[in-house]
Amino acid sequence: QSGTITGKVVDENNLPLPAATVVVKGKSISTSTDANGFYKLSNVPAGAQTVVISFIGYKNQENPVNVSGAVSLNGQLEPSTLALNEVAVIGYGTVRKSDATGAISVVTAKDFNRGAVNTIQDAIVGKLPGVVITSTSGAPGNTSTIRIRGGASLNASNDPLIVIDNVPIDNTALGGSANILNTINPNDVENITVLKDASATAIYGARASNGVLLITTKRGSKELKLNYNVTTSLSVLPKQVDVYTGDEFRDVVNKVYAGNTAVTNLLGTASTDWQKEIYQKAFGQDHNLSVSGTAKNLPYRVALGYNNSDGILKTYNFQRTTLAIGLDPSLLNNHLNIHVNVKGLYNLNNFAEQSAVGNAINYDPTKPVYNGNTRWRGYTTWTDKGNTNINGDPVTLAPANPVAQLDLTDNKSTVRRSIGNAQFDYKMHFLPELRANLNLAYDYAKVFGHNNARDSTQWVYIPVVAGGRLSNYEESRKNQLVDFYFNYVKDLKAVDSRLDATAGYSWSHFYREGHGTSSDIKMTAPQPPNDYITEYYLISFFGRLNYTFKDKYQLTFTVRDDATSRFAKDKRWGLFPAGAFTWRIKDEDFLKNSNTVSDLKLRVSYGVTGQQDLNNGNNYPYLAKFTVSDQTSRYQLGDTFYNTLRPDGYDANIKWETTTTTNIGLDYGFLNNRLTGTIDYYFRKTKDLLSIVNAAAGTNFAATVLTNVGNMENRGLELGLNAVVISKKDFSWNLSYNISYNKNKITRLSLNANDNTIIQVGGISGTFNTIQAQKVGSPLNSFYVYQQIYDSNGKPIEDAYVDRNNDNVINSSDLYIYKKPDPTVQMGINSRLAYKDWDFAFSGRLSLGNYNYNNVASGSTYRGLYSSLGYIANQTKAAEETQFTTALKTNMSDFYIQKASYFRMDNVNLGYNVPKFNKLKLRVSAGVQNVFVITKYKGLDPEISGGLDNNFFPRARIYQLGLNCTF
Amino acid sequence: LKDLDVKPKDPKITTSATVFDKPEAYKQFLAKLYSTLSLTGQKGEAGAPEISAPDEGTTAFIRGWWNAQEVTTDECINAWGDGGLVEYHGHIWSDNNDYIKLMYQRLFINISYCNEMIRAVNDNVGGLSGAQKTEIDAYQAEARFLRAYYYFCAMDLYGNVPFVTEADKPGAFLPKQIKRADLFKYVESELKAVADLLPQPGANEYARADRAAAWTLLSRIYLNAQVYTGTAMYGDCIKYANEVIGAGKYSLHGKYPELFLADNDKIKDEIIMPIASSGASSRSYGDVTFIIHAGVGGSEDAANTFGIASGGWGGNRLTTAFVNTQFADPSGNTDKRAIFHTAGQTLTITHPTVFTEGYLSAKWKNITSTGAQGGNSTFVETDFPLFRLAEVYLNYAEATVRGGAGGDAGKALQYVNALRTRAYEGASGNINSGQLNLDFLLQERGREFYWEFQRRTDLIRFGKFTGGSLLWDFKGNVMAGVSTDAHFNIFPIPASDMLLNNNLTQNPGY
Repeated sequence: QSGTITGKVVDENNLPLPAATVVVKGKSISTSTDANGFYKLSNVPAGAQTVVISFIGYKNQENPVNVSGAVSLNGQLEPSTLALNEVAVIGYGTVRKSDATGAISVVTAKDFNRGAVNTIQDAIVGKLPGVVITSTSGAPGNTSTIRIRGGASLNASNDPLIVIDNVPIDNTALGGSANILNTINPNDVENITVLKDASATAIYGARASNGVLLITTKRGSKELKLNYNVTTSLSVLPKQVDVYTGDEFRDVVNKVYAGNTAVTNLLGTASTDWQKEIYQKAFGQDHNLSVSGTAKNLPYRVALGYNNSDGILKTYNFQRTTLAIGLDPSLLNNHLNIHVNVKGLYNLNNFAEQSAVGNAINYDPTKPVYNGNTRWRGYTTWTDKGNTNINGDPVTLAPANPVAQLDLTDNKSTVRRSIGNAQFDYKMHFLPELRANLNLAYDYAKVFGHNNARDSTQWVYIPVVAGGRLSNYEESRKNQLVDFYFNYVKDLKAVDSRLDATAGYSWSHFYREGHGTSSDIKMTAPQPPNDYITEYYLISFFGRLNYTFKDKYQLTFTVRDDATSRFAKDKRWGLFPAGAFTWRIKDEDFLKNSNTVSDLKLRVSYGVTGQQDLNNGNNYPYLAKFTVSDQTSRYQLGDTFYNTLRPDGYDANIKWETTTTTNIGLDYGFLNNRLTGTIDYYFRKTKDLLSIVNAAAGTNFAATVLTNVGNMENRGLELGLNAVVISKKDFSWNLSYNISYNKNKITRLSLNANDNTIIQVGGISGTFNTIQAQKVGSPLNSFYVYQQIYDSNGKPIEDAYVDRNNDNVINSSDLYIYKKPDPTVQMGINSRLAYKDWDFAFSGRLSLGNYNYNNVASGSTYRGLYSSLGYIANQTKAAEETQFTTALKTNMSDFYIQKASYFRMDNVNLGYNVPKFNKLKLRVSAGVQNVFVITKYKGLDPEISGGLDNNFFPRARIYQLGLNCTF
Repeated sequence: LKDLDVKPKDPKITTSATVFDKPEAYKQFLAKLYSTLSLTGQKGEAGAPEISAPDEGTTAFIRGWWNAQEVTTDECINAWGDGGLVEYHGHIWSDNNDYIKLMYQRLFINISYCNEMIRAVNDNVGGLSGAQKTEIDAYQAEARFLRAYYYFCAMDLYGNVPFVTEADKPGAFLPKQIKRADLFKYVESELKAVADLLPQPGANEYARADRAAAWTLLSRIYLNAQVYTGTAMYGDCIKYANEVIGAGKYSLHGKYPELFLADNDKIKDEIIMPIASSGASSRSYGDVTFIIHAGVGGSEDAANTFGIASGGWGGNRLTTAFVNTQFADPSGNTDKRAIFHTAGQTLTITHPTVFTEGYLSAKWKNITSTGAQGGNSTFVETDFPLFRLAEVYLNYAEATVRGGAGGDAGKALQYVNALRTRAYEGASGNINSGQLNLDFLLQERGREFYWEFQRRTDLIRFGKFTGGSLLWDFKGNVMAGVSTDAHFNIFPIPASDMLLNNNLTQNPGY
């Protein structure tokens, strides 16, 4: 005897859900809903049955039904992926956020910073505790430095691993500067998950020491959805560097060099504001069009993006066209789920000649932009013989005319990149608890560009006189990946347990080749081509076991065995295990019914991760290699020039750098989750640091060698808070705040544990000197300087430093460690207020304890006003503070290590949702980015990645208008 | 898993396992040993260095040796305000001075390359025969000569240094330290040994070492043996000076200024061994390119007078004391070796950083003897005369005056007057035997060799480098000059190597 079941399936908005799967549990009876959500199941055995309704992106619904004749059963599905807050993406799988055992943070698209966000970094800056994102310049589409819980490495990469739709990608900058995150359109991103502790990252073992960023792109929706988003922006320079005006410059030169006509005669009569000459108000536009839906049974999303932004530095331009296609077909009765992603990027950059930024500070303001010469294309240029002969030979070491630099340089690049993958997830027919997952991916890129300059230009006079420059480069990357894993999930009801086990294998190959040429414009003196080919492989086995008991206690074990071709056979395998325990305290009887405490979970984890990313294509550090020299590094013996053959430095025993992380965290929610958040303490210890250190003299073929030396520690505290302050029908206010504290210390730096070892780093402009050092007991990249002596008025005394070692001589042994560039405390605050159809949001950041070396100020002295090479140069007003005239080594004074704590209002945005017209949703918004900065720092901008402030491309203030329509 | 055994695909890179399968590799490696006298790496002026520094040019041998031998003396003061050079000139350096470190690293890198060459020949020579075997045996002798030369520099600068030979394979080991006097014995024995293996004087290819080079260096180390070992060996100095002179291959070049011009590669009469230069093919910011650029500025015509249209760097000039002491007439009208630029320059230096204070040396130029500019406007064609006959003459004269066995006072005077006659273009500057004393010889060496990296060694031998018997502007970092401590006669072992190598003992005073 049998019956039929009919019904309608709707979504959370009571709209019909077509193509949903309806199955009678335990029977081979199934069907799909039609375009209007209706279904019919025939020949269903009579009696108690369970009907399971499922649809991708929604939670499965099980409905008990008693079949007798024709019965009716309607279903309403709750979305799952839409509530991504609830699902956390982890390596090789997903978990319910409440089940996550590791320290992870998630930002979903709706929480992204609004406005002219060109990059993913812009979208999430300030949102995540423990994640410091610093844009390296104000150029649109430019690179950021991302540090998760401070850097764990010295000379190996400190960048996190980035995984896009389950494809770990090569995160080194493509020639032409933009980094990987720029190649992904933020509008295509659904959420970003940051894995921080070893429990979360250990599944990526070898590459996870600096954390992992998992990026998940948007997927197809069940019904046709069209979205068009446009933002136009206007960028302005918020603040100029304070330099002498033409008149002030005449005054100061006449004062300092009174009576010295050789100097004062160099002064001109004009008053040029060179910064005004090189900066502009810049327009930008960003268009995004996406279509998503489900064609038959195939959910799809296709998105097209186009961004065209000018820089505030004249001639700078960034254009990016992106295409993202996502397909998620399900076959074999939903037993085979396939996810296909193809992303394409076409990016055009005009980088401009960025040294114009510094030259606009230093170029003599008493000179006009053009002086009528015929030799230098009319642009005022420093020439010999006291500048009396405007058509004379150039003073090649004098500042270049910045306007000429921008006008006469052609520095463009084109980037093409495609990342794609196909992931096959097969649920075994005979054993549905067992899934096999195969992921095939590629990441191919090609960059080509040129950096040319016209002839008759002073700054490219060397090495071929007045010959200009033709410089071409190209690079190709071909990276491939194969991942395969099994996942087995079993509910062991009898013992109130649940088992989730994963085991897999991963293979990846990274290949790069490049070619570069350079010559003068007439090709009379070409440089030898710069060609390279380099590659490496990674092979890994990994596994994870999750055990849950009574839904309250969870244990996770992860292990990854990684091998890299970068190390010798007996050194290349590294085993990276991790373990974690969580306790859902909320589910204990004593809290179960509490409304005050709505969530409480304790997490403890411990694990080991590794690092083998050596930067700069350094893929063979263990091999004894010989390198042939190029055509300009030959040597003449007899009548023949020989390309020389050099044995290269190497370390046959180089091996993995390993980082051990301990993490204790608490996830909490109060007052019905009106107030939620996390708190984490971590202790991270890196040993066998991959460091570039001096080799003992006479023992190697390079003076410095990359080897495993040294230990480092990071410890910190992170707190994240999200509060729903007001939650009414027409009025809501969400406020979130995060604070993180990180303390970094180098604990060992030499093989013989000598604590006095100093490794100097941080080269500064204009001299042979470095300004930072690594030293045991000090934070990474601490400043290494002389201690300034001041007079009774607090003015620094020229060339007077403290004799710190009391040997009555002031020399390089008196340098000392003073302050550091990385912040100790970072805070982020985000607010969103909504009233009826209006919303208002802002986000800001506070950084404390970071110091900069103000290289712009240290390069500004009275002495710098005049060079005996025959030119005068403008200085910043910082020169007035010191009035140094003849000093020898002022630039290494601790006077220039300046406190750079700041608060930056990153973003404010006001939006209005136009009342719905039919199916059309419209939103208009207006906002400002980089609204204001509060700081006592004396330089232009306190936020400098790495702490060396030297004429960087200033960050613009950006006003924007946006329109978003959804249909 | 085989994927993990990658071999470099780049055609420029070979592994040590196969590199010597190609016979031409030996000559390329030999060229590397010589090129490390002037170049800094495998890519033109910069880009693939063996020693890391913010400015790759500072890692070159010529630049490092030149700064150590010249900037520390009365022959040169620098205007850049570069901390390391300020310490050099003021005799206030510490074991953290970067220039001291880079020169030390350069010497030991070069020594390591020589050791590798010697090993490579030993390992492979068994499979060779005939002309090929003879040829690579000769390479090995040259490698030993160059190694002896670098150890001589190390002995002169640092005294007691780590000691590695071909017996020490590269890797993680800590070399033992050798005492200066023992290093002297080693350098001496190596030079004597290779002197018999190297080609006859003048018989080797251009820019390669021959016996005369080894003899010249032997005469130099014996002249300074008192400093290095505590025992004078002037008779040996005379013996090897006689070998060079007696070879009959060498004579003074007619015109002194031509020794330092872009076509000095053609001067085979006086130059025993040059360091070769080429603007097109051998580019470095640390060879003679550095010496010329760093000394040009002020009202000098960089393009037409010096052949460096890309411009001077306005750094190095002579001290007032040097000009006043060595040249009664600095105009160059009498002693033609006074090749100075004085227009727009003051003689007195009150501010070390003001380039227009102090006379400029215009001795080195990238201009040929016929006035043509070198082929490249930045990288010069001018060779560095590493050994030239004038030194052999003056070594002979000094060793004789100091009482060396076998010295002939008449010949000594004859050799000195040969230099004087060339300098004065006639006999007007000649001296008599009563004037030939040590003070005169020190000054004569200054006049003949200024800016040729001899000065520091000479001043130490005469006891005038430290102490107060000879002062120059800003010696001791004071304008008038003050006495400095004797421990500065030897540089310290750089702190960077002291920290690594427990076998090392620091030189006294540091």
